[in-house]
Amino acid sequence: MKIGIAGSLESNDCLVTIKESETLSIKVQSIVDAFYHDQIVAFIESVLADVNHDKVDVTVIDKGALNYTIKARLLTALHRMEVSHA
Amino acid sequence: MKNNLGREIFEQVKPFASSDAFNQESRRLIAKKTTEESVVFLKSIEEAFDLLKIKNGMTISFHHHLRNGDKVINLVAETLKKRGIKDITIAASSLFPNNAPLVDLIKDQTITGIVTNYINGPIAKAIGEGYLKNPLIMDTHGGRARAIESGDLKIDIAFIATPAVDRLGNGSGKFGPSACGTIGYVIPDLMYAKKVVLMTDYMTEHIVEPELASEYVDYVVMIDKIGDSEGIVSGTTKVTRDPVGRKIARDTVRVLDALHLIKDGFSMQTGAGGVSLAVVEYVKNIMIQSEIKARFASGGITGQYVDMLENNLVDTLYDVQCFDLKAARSYRENRRHIAISASEYGNPFEIKPIVNDLDFVILGATEVDLDFNVNVTTDSLGQIIGGSGGHSDTAHGAKVTMIVTNLLKARLPIIKEKVTCVTTPGEDIDIIVTERGIAINPLRTDLIDTLSKTKLPIVTIEDLMKTAHHIAGVPNHYELSHQPIGYVRYRDGSIIDTLYKIK
Repeated sequence: MKIGIAGSLESNDCLVTIKESETLSIKVQSIVDAFYHDQIVAFIESVLADVNHDKVDVTVIDKGALNYTIKARLLTALHRMEVSHA
Repeated sequence: MKNNLGREIFEQVKPFASSDAFNQESRRLIAKKTTEESVVFLKSIEEAFDLLKIKNGMTISFHHHLRNGDKVINLVAETLKKRGIKDITIAASSLFPNNAPLVDLIKDQTITGIVTNYINGPIAKAIGEGYLKNPLIMDTHGGRARAIESGDLKIDIAFIATPAVDRLGNGSGKFGPSACGTIGYVIPDLMYAKKVVLMTDYMTEHIVEPELASEYVDYVVMIDKIGDSEGIVSGTTKVTRDPVGRKIARDTVRVLDALHLIKDGFSMQTGAGGVSLAVVEYVKNIMIQSEIKARFASGGITGQYVDMLENNLVDTLYDVQCFDLKAARSYRENRRHIAISASEYGNPFEIKPIVNDLDFVILGATEVDLDFNVNVTTDSLGQIIGGSGGHSDTAHGAKVTMIVTNLLKARLPIIKEKVTCVTTPGEDIDIIVTERGIAINPLRTDLIDTLSKTKLPIVTIEDLMKTAHHIAGVPNHYELSHQPIGYVRYRDGSIIDTLYKIK
């Protein structure tokens, strides 16, 4: 199975893990879930739609990252998944 | 029932009206204690418990000058538990993570009440989860002195961790293996508790000018170790290296400069947070360049202020608690480093508390709202993470009160429509400095006049909130539970806000 990981668990960052999957699945666990959970999930969906990836399993552990950080980590993890040889 | 800030509060309490409402009241004082007999020296806490006849329902007090290194609170609590005593109220000036053993005693109702000025760690979490039977009361440092002297907080026994005791029963924080420096927060306990026990691990022949006079002392108990003096070092006493923090500090000093607050004979107080420490560094540089000398600095004193004292940049330090060992050393050695009590520091009913003489104070915030109310008591989910300490006292006393904070902390906007909990009322907050702009309280037209003529990035607080929302998105509304677990008592004894059980 192909897998890509990017990011960290530092404050203001997030750790993104992406695996190939039959269907789209997004799991977000954030320190700001009470305030931003739905917005983070919707943002991830929009980034994946932009790059036409809908068959991935995305897990994000978020430590308060802003959207541009989440997007950067997501795209890097996707790239790493595509080039992985697992 | 709602108070003047529109905050829902318990029935049958005195609602907060305004920060200067205390001027309409007169000072209430209960009789100071005096001991009829000479001080009795004991070898164990068990002996003390026997003689004190500690029983269910009593209020026992402590100070927090040994901070996260204190061993006395836990020792007394353990003895309470061993003796099966129940329903005790703990009146500690602060509680720290090392007091975690108290959690089990809260759960089994050995401890059913807590009155404190600052609390973080496992006890705060347990209280947030609803385990404390009676409502938690959060005071300010000056407000606690007022509560004790007025009899609002009646103390049956004060167990005072005392770094050194002499053969007459006088006590001091200056000497001994656990020397912590000034012990200003425990002076009201010393003078007004029904019984006073000095807990010490160091005896000396004679203490000159003791902070704790033997005339108030009933017992002295020798134990192995009252604490670890390394533990008195506050967790946040490093100058920030974060570029955002340094920008905030630089802009803060530009504001101080524009308001001509850094001039010969000025007075200041800053917290021990990283940005505050950077502010002091920049202020110090201006003082050296322009040959300015300050009249005094006050508060919790850090080594940074000791350097200024020793380099003749400040005339006097008024010190209610030493934040590090360098400050403790300076207090022991330097006559210009003066101990003050919690009451002399911030009690609104003192004739001239030190806070009233401050030209400016630099403080932090967990949240600030559009009315400039500040929260330093809970996080945005309502979990208790601190408390006023001297926040409300200095904010009211100082001529200019500045809050320094990042606009966002881990995505969360610090500026909110309404704060989760009001610690300090907005009427006492003058200027908010963030990396994205500086907001001035509309009540301070004088400051707006002066600062709008400068090139400083002055914006409205609404603008700051919009900027934060633009960067992070508008946060969903989070509804706190409706189960009260305690309240925040303003320095004059009125109730400024309610604390709720976390979900």
